[in-house]
Amino acid sequence: MDQTDKNISEQNASDDIIRDATQGEYKYGFVSDIDTHRIERGLSEDVVRTISRLKDEPEWLLDFRLKAYRYWLTLEMPQWAHLDIPPIDYQAISYYAAPSAAKRPESLDEVDPQILDTFNRLGIPLQEQKALAGMAVDAVMDSVSVKTTHREALAEKGIIFCSFSEAVKDYPDLVRRYLGSVVSYRDNFFAALNSAVFSDGSFVYIPKGVRCPMELSTYFRINAAGTGQFERTLIVADDDSYVSYLEGCTAPMRDENQLHAAIVEIIVEDRAEVKYSTVQNWYAGDAEGRGGVYNFVTKRGLCRGYASKLSWTQVETGSAITWKYPGCILRGDNSTGEFYSVAVTNNRQQADTGTKMIHIGRNTRSTIVSKGISAGRSQNSYRGLVKVAPGAEGARNYTQCDSLLLGDRCGAHTFPYVDVLNPTAVVEHEATTSKISEQQLFYCNQRGIPTEQAVGLIVNGYAKEVMNKLPMEFAVEAQKLLSITLEGSVG
Amino acid sequence: MMNSSNNALQQYLELHDAHREAIDAHSAAPMRALRSRARLRLEPPARLPRKADEGYARTDIDAIFAPDFGINIMRVPAPVDIAASLRCDIPNISTLMAVVAGDEFRPTDTLVRNMPAGVTLTSFSEAEKTMPGLVAGYLGRLADADEGADTATLLNSLLAQDGVLLHVSAGTVCTKPLQLVNIFNAGIPTLAARRVLIVLEPGASASLLVCDHTQSRGIACLASEVTEIFLGNGARLDYCHLEESNPDTSRVASLHASVGADATLDINGSTLSGGRTRNSYTVHLDHPGAQARIAGMAIASGTQHTDNNTFIHHHAPHCTSSQLFKYILDGSASGAFRGLIRVDQDAAFTEAYQTNRNLLASEQATMHTEPQLEIYCDEVKCGHGATTGQLDQAAMFYMRSRGIPQAQARMMLMQAFMADVVDTIAIPSLRDRLRMLVERRLNGQQTACGDCAAACAPAPSTQP
Amino acid sequence: MQQDILLKVTDLHAAIDGREILKGIDLEIHPGEVHAIMGPNGSGKSTLSGVLAGDPRYTVTAGSATFHGVDLLALAPENRSHEGLFLSFQYPVEIPGVSMVNFMRAAVNAKREYLGEPPLSASDFLKLMRNKRAVVELDNKLASRSVNEGFSGGEKKRNEIFQMAMLEPRLSILDETDSGLDIDALRIVASGVNKLKTQHNATIVITHYQRLLDYIRPDFVHILYKGRIVHSGGPELALELEEKGYDWIKQQVDNDEQQQ
Repeated sequence: MDQTDKNISEQNASDDIIRDATQGEYKYGFVSDIDTHRIERGLSEDVVRTISRLKDEPEWLLDFRLKAYRYWLTLEMPQWAHLDIPPIDYQAISYYAAPSAAKRPESLDEVDPQILDTFNRLGIPLQEQKALAGMAVDAVMDSVSVKTTHREALAEKGIIFCSFSEAVKDYPDLVRRYLGSVVSYRDNFFAALNSAVFSDGSFVYIPKGVRCPMELSTYFRINAAGTGQFERTLIVADDDSYVSYLEGCTAPMRDENQLHAAIVEIIVEDRAEVKYSTVQNWYAGDAEGRGGVYNFVTKRGLCRGYASKLSWTQVETGSAITWKYPGCILRGDNSTGEFYSVAVTNNRQQADTGTKMIHIGRNTRSTIVSKGISAGRSQNSYRGLVKVAPGAEGARNYTQCDSLLLGDRCGAHTFPYVDVLNPTAVVEHEATTSKISEQQLFYCNQRGIPTEQAVGLIVNGYAKEVMNKLPMEFAVEAQKLLSITLEGSVG
Repeated sequence: MMNSSNNALQQYLELHDAHREAIDAHSAAPMRALRSRARLRLEPPARLPRKADEGYARTDIDAIFAPDFGINIMRVPAPVDIAASLRCDIPNISTLMAVVAGDEFRPTDTLVRNMPAGVTLTSFSEAEKTMPGLVAGYLGRLADADEGADTATLLNSLLAQDGVLLHVSAGTVCTKPLQLVNIFNAGIPTLAARRVLIVLEPGASASLLVCDHTQSRGIACLASEVTEIFLGNGARLDYCHLEESNPDTSRVASLHASVGADATLDINGSTLSGGRTRNSYTVHLDHPGAQARIAGMAIASGTQHTDNNTFIHHHAPHCTSSQLFKYILDGSASGAFRGLIRVDQDAAFTEAYQTNRNLLASEQATMHTEPQLEIYCDEVKCGHGATTGQLDQAAMFYMRSRGIPQAQARMMLMQAFMADVVDTIAIPSLRDRLRMLVERRLNGQQTACGDCAAACAPAPSTQP
Repeated sequence: MQQDILLKVTDLHAAIDGREILKGIDLEIHPGEVHAIMGPNGSGKSTLSGVLAGDPRYTVTAGSATFHGVDLLALAPENRSHEGLFLSFQYPVEIPGVSMVNFMRAAVNAKREYLGEPPLSASDFLKLMRNKRAVVELDNKLASRSVNEGFSGGEKKRNEIFQMAMLEPRLSILDETDSGLDIDALRIVASGVNKLKTQHNATIVITHYQRLLDYIRPDFVHILYKGRIVHSGGPELALELEEKGYDWIKQQVDNDEQQQ
């Protein structure tokens, strides 16, 4: 009897998942009716100055922006990725949009109820009483950080977790010391653009010896039409500290493309560890490829300290175009870099994503596990660099890079670059590409599982090695996302 | 020849433009047509690839072509003693051999006397007399056709005046291996533009061994070589290339093949000694059931640089391809490998694999690897693996614990490392020969023309 | 009874990756003897065999080992082999591309060179291979393959004993030669070892279980725990262990440690 009950309840639970998984529509695609303050479309030195003035920034930061802007003018959009990027009119974008409550709310009562509602619909608990225990959230709506939760609890431990703008005001020395130290404004086209016009983002500082007691989380939401989002995240983990950081992204469904060009910089000191997890679910455009977010992101961490560790985990299901290579510079001896990625593309989505592992210190280790899943007419590329510098005695890298094809109109590509300049290094790269196993599908069908659901099951199994690296709350959401993204891709 | 510009291509264009009549006058007819088209495409901004260009991460073709090389436009016969070179033979098989001295084709008497029916191995100019139109019908269709034909290939089309044709008529099975020995014996820095065309009609089968040697010492030589291979349905070609030149000799080669239905192309390209080497292989699997296997090795020391670049394009369903490239790099040697498998949307039931394994045997040796997959079809089984590292330390200890001295154990493990590349060669005597050459090379012995008692006096070893 | 000492290990300490595993081993072995070394997982059994054979992963931090008067620790692994030390690996290493014939010929001739003897001719060598194969009923097919590549667990262990037969060592260390063997393979391997036993050589059998010792009768049994030999006795000790397990030994040692 008990057994039967249990089976039934399991059945119901799995029905829920199936229903969720087969609803199909982009459930985050609503537009919130929030009064937004937005500056005129277009990009010029004046616009850069205006952003800086609106944010009441110090002179050095304006200088940083202007240098970046002038450098950006000398660059051309990079063409090396396996992406078909339509021309982007950088003058047609508004570079700053903020919900127009004049200043940052001091308490939840002051937050525009519409904004609260927006984030609640996204499942982001701004109201602390409802907050998932153990998760502090910084929510970024369009260009500005709306609210950071759990700040007081964190402050007791000396942890700084606040919006980037506040950090500029409250901790200018820290920001000035680290800003651009891992991703220079000269790094690439989009890094230069971001450095010129970035609006807000999150700042995290974990002091020496502190284990951050809860997951820190940022939720990014593009709401206003015709805007770009250019946020910066800066995380500094001092000696012997630990932090797990989560990033989630959604955007409304709009016909035009929205531009997102973010920078994440992470500094990891002696024996410190940072886990950075992303579930990227920007609007991907419709089945014909109309609309969707262009996601051009530069993420990099510097493992500066001895035995420091940085781990990137990403589940990429959204965006019309994704261009992103979270990397680790392993400078400290015995430091470790990890990259676990699931990238799913469907319909007309294009993704060119991977990592860079730069081994500089001795006995540095890196692990790369990349799982690409392409469906529809999408193109999905892994691109990764493993470089072992001459001084990196005893460096080790292992890369496993698998691609799964669902359907005969999509593409799956693998472009690793391996550069070994030290003879004591061991670097291994393995890659496979195949379609979903018909035998597995048949086996599921024979046991009564419909094809669509079987695909979800098999794909989730295929991606499990990466999903297991996500914090629990994220893993559940990511699993559903995988199934939703692949809805209608087989059959 | 003046090196008047910082663009190495320029000096060859100037040479061509100044001496176009003489070049044409001494050319086989099919090369003339190719030349005119190549000249048009070499207008600025065309330039030779440089380091860090896409696909040339570690190899500067521009720099390889930059020295002030002489080109034998007037086709003065080179002083190569064919009789002496005849000794350069593979033990236990008699091959049908021809020598290419610089860029000049010289058949041996044996070859002329014993050429099997249905098999032609001759120069383009001779072929124009016996099989008019044949060469022109194929030449450039692969190498020059691509929009993306690289500049070094076009430069070969501009400068090559004659070439070697291997033609096997439909259904003819040529059991005797054919051999081409490319020899430099230069008194001044010399560039030889070599051109090879291989046409196997449907059902034909042949094997060809091409060896690169340099007899002269201390003089810079550059071999520019373009090979085009057309395999008809059901044809089979074993193509083996062995480079045993010297540190003064560079090689920039591209091989382009089109493989017909149920045809098989087997390639083994081994670089045992040389200066700077760039081999690029482009193989089109055009029809169902086509098969290509490419294997290669590089054993490099000193300042040797070896770069292999492959592009296997699956156009049709039910084709298979495999690639296996291994490098052992000692001294300050550098290696590069870039391999791309592309599977078109129509190429269902493709199986394509690629393996690149490298041993770094010294502090200064470096390796750059780019294994790539570009897949537009879901009915595929594709994969690649690349490793760079050292000899297996567990195996090393195991052998030493059995009493085998460290140096010998190292040697045995290195030979074992190359064993599967050697094993890809279908002709047993050739396989044994390569195994022996690898052993000698790893022992640090100069291997060029191992059995040749004549002109090839051993050069100073390149080993540290 | 005063005999020549074949192996004398004194206060041997050894570490791997900076972690000390052996913490003072003393052991004396005479020709003709069979010693069993037993002990729970992680006690240092394989470390001891690796250190004696010269596995470069281990660093000797203190102590000495002399092998019929020669300073064993000063020798390269290959010279230890030439001097007559043989290690049957717990996990025999696969060496793709190196044939068993080439491997064994290199080993045999390197030893002959060390001893100042001329190399064996190809035909003599093949004859020797044939004779020694019989000792462990090793299939000719295995002998023509690459070293250990694709061998089953039992085949690998038989191959180890075959190599032991080929190299005629004075001291053989059998490191968990019984692990992964079914009863038939175990019997073949053990009988191979027994056939090779003489008055002049000795054997160290490292094992978890009594089972192998039913076939290879030890003269002495030592118990290794936490990097030391904590108990030595005759063959009856192995039976006692089989019956009572290791816990009583552990307890005894741990109590002693606490009292100190």
